[in-house]
Amino acid sequence: MKNMSKHDLKSNTIPAVVTVGPVALLLLLLVLAPLILVTVMSLCQTDEFYNVVYRFTLVNYSKLLSPDYIKIYGQSLLIAFITTLICVLIGYPFSYVIARTKSKKRQLFYMLVIIPFWTNSLIRIYGWRTFLGSSGWLNKLLMAMGVAAEPIELLYKTGTTVLGMVYCFIPFMVLPLYTAIEKLDASLLEASSDLGARPVKTLFEVILPLTSSGLFSGCIMVFIPCLGYFFVSNILGGGNTDMIGNLIERQFKSANNWPLGAALSIILIVVTLILVKIYQKLGGDMDSLGV
Amino acid sequence: MRKAKKEKRIKRLSIVFCLLVYLFLFLPIFVVVSNSFNATTTKPYLSWKGFTFDWYVKLWDNSALLESFGNTIIIALASTILATIIGTLGAVGIYRYKFKGKGIINGLLYIPVVIPEIVIGIALLTIFTNANVPRGMLTLILSHVSFSVPYVIFNVRARLSGYDKSIEEASMDLGANRVVTFFEITLPVLMPGIAGGALLAFTLSIDDVIISYFVNGQTKTYPLKVMESIKSGVSPDVNALSTLVLVGTIVLVYITQSGILSGKHNKI
Repeated sequence: MKNMSKHDLKSNTIPAVVTVGPVALLLLLLVLAPLILVTVMSLCQTDEFYNVVYRFTLVNYSKLLSPDYIKIYGQSLLIAFITTLICVLIGYPFSYVIARTKSKKRQLFYMLVIIPFWTNSLIRIYGWRTFLGSSGWLNKLLMAMGVAAEPIELLYKTGTTVLGMVYCFIPFMVLPLYTAIEKLDASLLEASSDLGARPVKTLFEVILPLTSSGLFSGCIMVFIPCLGYFFVSNILGGGNTDMIGNLIERQFKSANNWPLGAALSIILIVVTLILVKIYQKLGGDMDSLGV
Repeated sequence: MRKAKKEKRIKRLSIVFCLLVYLFLFLPIFVVVSNSFNATTTKPYLSWKGFTFDWYVKLWDNSALLESFGNTIIIALASTILATIIGTLGAVGIYRYKFKGKGIINGLLYIPVVIPEIVIGIALLTIFTNANVPRGMLTLILSHVSFSVPYVIFNVRARLSGYDKSIEEASMDLGANRVVTFFEITLPVLMPGIAGGALLAFTLSIDDVIISYFVNGQTKTYPLKVMESIKSGVSPDVNALSTLVLVGTIVLVYITQSGILSGKHNKI
């Protein structure tokens, strides 16, 4: 018996500690502990010098219900929803075409989706602002074509923020869809059409169900991070299209009310948990979110 | 006959559609690259004043910008190396050994992947402040490790699921000890997954804005420097640096990608 446990120690316990120890420590100290602390802080107050005082209160949560904030939650969900919808409507046919390309160029088409993302995302969003601005290329073009007599204000609107969000997140829709569609067996599509199904029927009864895993993980990877991408609405929305992310950023960077910022973050955590639960219920694989 | 014509039309339509999507993806990059050649010298550097290479020369005098870029590279290299080592060991350990709390570790791994970055950012800021860790290079590196480790683990794990354990047993039967077996057998088999994870960790690190924004202290990374300059108008030398980085990464990834792809064929 003693021999057995000694063997166990050498073949299981020691290597397990050596290999898993570092990552376990990292996850406890830099993922779990910070989130617990944020939760605790959301129940605390600040003193007159904006220091966090660890005394229990629900005041931050009652502030979350103010009409101004509720309007911003609605706006955030709307922007994230429209962004996800547009990403699906553009991303699905696009992924389908590039994933079903027979030529050797398929790898290149795939890389061309990723290459833009090697340029810093802020500077690309700023590129959009330059392009859409009153002296930008688009306004110059419109004026040269005689469509507009003077520059049109294209910035600082909900649509501008949605455009930036779609731009930031479309690869997160395309990549999982590409993987799912590439795996699709062409003979199934032929069988469906040979058996007399119209293309629309094949789409809804064969293609979509078989690629739904990619679609679901794409939607999760677009909708959730979209809620927190404060810099897109800062740069393109100019304060007119605030989202939950902007509210949190302000509490930590300028308003200095960390407990309120923490309470706002709890909303994002709850939304994330709900959506991930739905994703799992629909049969989504968690590992496909990270690869 | 009619069907063939229709198919041709659909094909042409889908090509046009894809070209429009690529145009959308590359449009702001054209703006960035063209502005790096803009001869304008007045803020906010938006109107076109003719073609010049000046900004590529002036770039080397902008020490604050170069320093921030250096910081970004140091943080990316350090966090990628750490995340790759911790993640590879962790993936192998979680896959192979029995221990309590495995479910908890697996669950925690998904948190940095699904929770919005801003929440991770403020949570790390809070813990560093409470633990009195001065914010700067160290906190930036630690934060980047914490959000990229899961990606390394998922990539290595994908590789492990098709892994034949018996070759390790064979190695041990032939007299190699556990450590030698790990380095000589396990590691080479997992290499494509490790390399893929490391590449992803590096990419995430150099482009990270949101988490760095909260934990940086006085240390500026390149994305944070861009963020700072956006208020007053991004000067063309920032565009010039971005253009150089883009060209550099295309070359670099072309080289490594061909290496990774050839490695994939040696699947055991």
